Amino acid sequence: MTEAREEILRRIRAALTDRPEPAPVVRGYRAAGAITADVELFAERVSDYRATVVRDATPSEVLRGRGIDRVVVPDGFPAEWRPGIELVEVVEEPVDVATLDAVGAVVTTCRVAIAETGTIVLDAGPGMGPRALTLVPDYHLVVVTVDQVVANVPDAIGRLDPTRPLTWISGPSATSDIELNRVEGVHGPRTLDVLLV
Amino acid sequence: MTFLGLPAGSGHLHGERGFPAAARDALDDVQLRRNLGRATATIRAKRAAVVGELPDWAELRAAGAAIKDDVLAHLDEYLVQLEEQVTARGGTVHWARDAGEANRIVTELVRATGAREVVKVKSMATQEIRLNDALAAAGIAAIETDLAELIVQLGHDEPSHILVPAIHRNRSEIREIFRREMPGVDPDLTDDPRALAEAARRHLRAKFLEAQVAISGANFAVAETGTLGVVESEGNGRMCLTLPRTLITVMGIEKLVPTWRDLEVYLQLLPRSSTGERMNPYTSTWAGAVEGQEFHLVLLDNGRTATLADPEGRAALRCIRCSACLNVCPVYERTGGHAYGSVYPGPIGAVLSPQMTGVKENPTLPFASSLCGACYDVCPVAIDIPTMLVHLRGRVTESKGRTPERAVMGAAAWTMRDSGRWTRALRAARLGRLLRRRRALPPPLSAWTATRELPEPPTETFRDWWARR
Repeated sequence: MTEAREEILRRIRAALTDRPEPAPVVRGYRAAGAITADVELFAERVSDYRATVVRDATPSEVLRGRGIDRVVVPDGFPAEWRPGIELVEVVEEPVDVATLDAVGAVVTTCRVAIAETGTIVLDAGPGMGPRALTLVPDYHLVVVTVDQVVANVPDAIGRLDPTRPLTWISGPSATSDIELNRVEGVHGPRTLDVLLV
Repeated sequence: MTFLGLPAGSGHLHGERGFPAAARDALDDVQLRRNLGRATATIRAKRAAVVGELPDWAELRAAGAAIKDDVLAHLDEYLVQLEEQVTARGGTVHWARDAGEANRIVTELVRATGAREVVKVKSMATQEIRLNDALAAAGIAAIETDLAELIVQLGHDEPSHILVPAIHRNRSEIREIFRREMPGVDPDLTDDPRALAEAARRHLRAKFLEAQVAISGANFAVAETGTLGVVESEGNGRMCLTLPRTLITVMGIEKLVPTWRDLEVYLQLLPRSSTGERMNPYTSTWAGAVEGQEFHLVLLDNGRTATLADPEGRAALRCIRCSACLNVCPVYERTGGHAYGSVYPGPIGAVLSPQMTGVKENPTLPFASSLCGACYDVCPVAIDIPTMLVHLRGRVTESKGRTPERAVMGAAAWTMRDSGRWTRALRAARLGRLLRRRRALPPPLSAWTATRELPEPPTETFRDWWARR
């Protein structure tokens, strides 16, 4: 194994005997902080993916509206948003995959949301839970606060910790594999609701 | 022959027949051309719309090219840095010189877990090394979970596109494959894409929930943090990356970026160029072993260092596998991907495959282009594919030694070096008008005119006309 490592590194050095000196990287694009976040644009772009954006509601109301009576809630989910237990059976962590599959719904927070692309990023921290939590259930409700919405991808990259497991979500699970037309609903949650507060 | 004699890559990188013969068969397939024409027209329009939305596309593209050039110029240093970071975060890094070595490493890793079945995320690198065949030979079943890869696998077929390996299949063909090959499928399955996606979901659900080992590729690896990234749509990637206890990622050594910040460029360039979306549904990133998983990273050369050695060809290693160049290519649109004989088809395949295998193994691919330049225009990392194709045509000609083609090119160069010789040659060409009823040149030049119209020489040369005025 170390033999392969040494040989590949040796090959690379042999390949670069002409000592290429590439031009410096110029970041002339709209970098972090260049534009202001637009919450309306975020809502519009999320809707473009056929996710539903809800405002002026509580998580309980959204879940009730969907006819959901059991939901997985991750550790660290804020107490004030906790779905009322008279409506919802809360299944807390740790949960196994079979339970996630059986319960079929999850409510989480997020780390950051991107207006320009309609993307929500989770970092598996408190209120978001391990990655499987937002993957196996067929329904995902994510609560986004307006101060979490940033303008574009560079803004989001600046706010995220690259050593955490990150999941970037842009709409419900989809595929373009049949004649390159987008169809929602494959392996991830087929319904994504975004509650903006 | 590869550059500086660096070892060539092996695996699914060249076809049994050359491009012209394979393309001729593909051109006879009316259904194939109809499927490709529809699909590429759809994706071209979507890409153009979302690229047009970004006022700074040109700047992103320039940065995307420059970052990759920096990676290539310091590839050894960045790889060592990546290895340190992944190792420090609990992952294990393996190095594979070629396809065979990578397949042995992965097979041993799977064997050590005792698993007889693995789930796979769509990955060009594992298709390139024909990993599934190697695993099957060791008694391990590899289940493709990307919808298009599943269609290819169930159809006992080969991928024909980088992004959508089953692009050559339309909905009714896919329904037939599912009805024939998918155990327990509803016999009344319709060809509605929604119903087909639902069938794939049911088919794979239990596999995901039970899988012990997953194998993936990687779209990016960040040297400074050891972060890996997979960009996908369906959630099959998340299933594979998240649920199994053991994750094995096979990645070409060129898929690096130096810093985390660099992803802000590629996460804008890639989705808009490939599926024509502002962002793909799911992107997963992780650094080392996370959430109790065991993580192995296999770094693959397989002809990449040979590609790196050619200063005029190495920019092909900037490629982020978006497939925009396939979708705009008039040649690809008519022949489809199989004619290229490599897992990397289309314009990028025509420059990448011959460099990875050495041009002797792939002498026809540099000619599989009309040099129209559409590929360069859409490339998000500005790979000048047309210029590179011309360069590789030269390498093919050199590698053949003394051939009629080389003799003709040599004679042309000799004639053009001297203005007197050139003027006389142009006048002589008017004699060529005598050929005009023939439409073709005699052998061995007939090879040239078999696929090209012979232009008719003018009655008077430009130089004679100019001298008269």
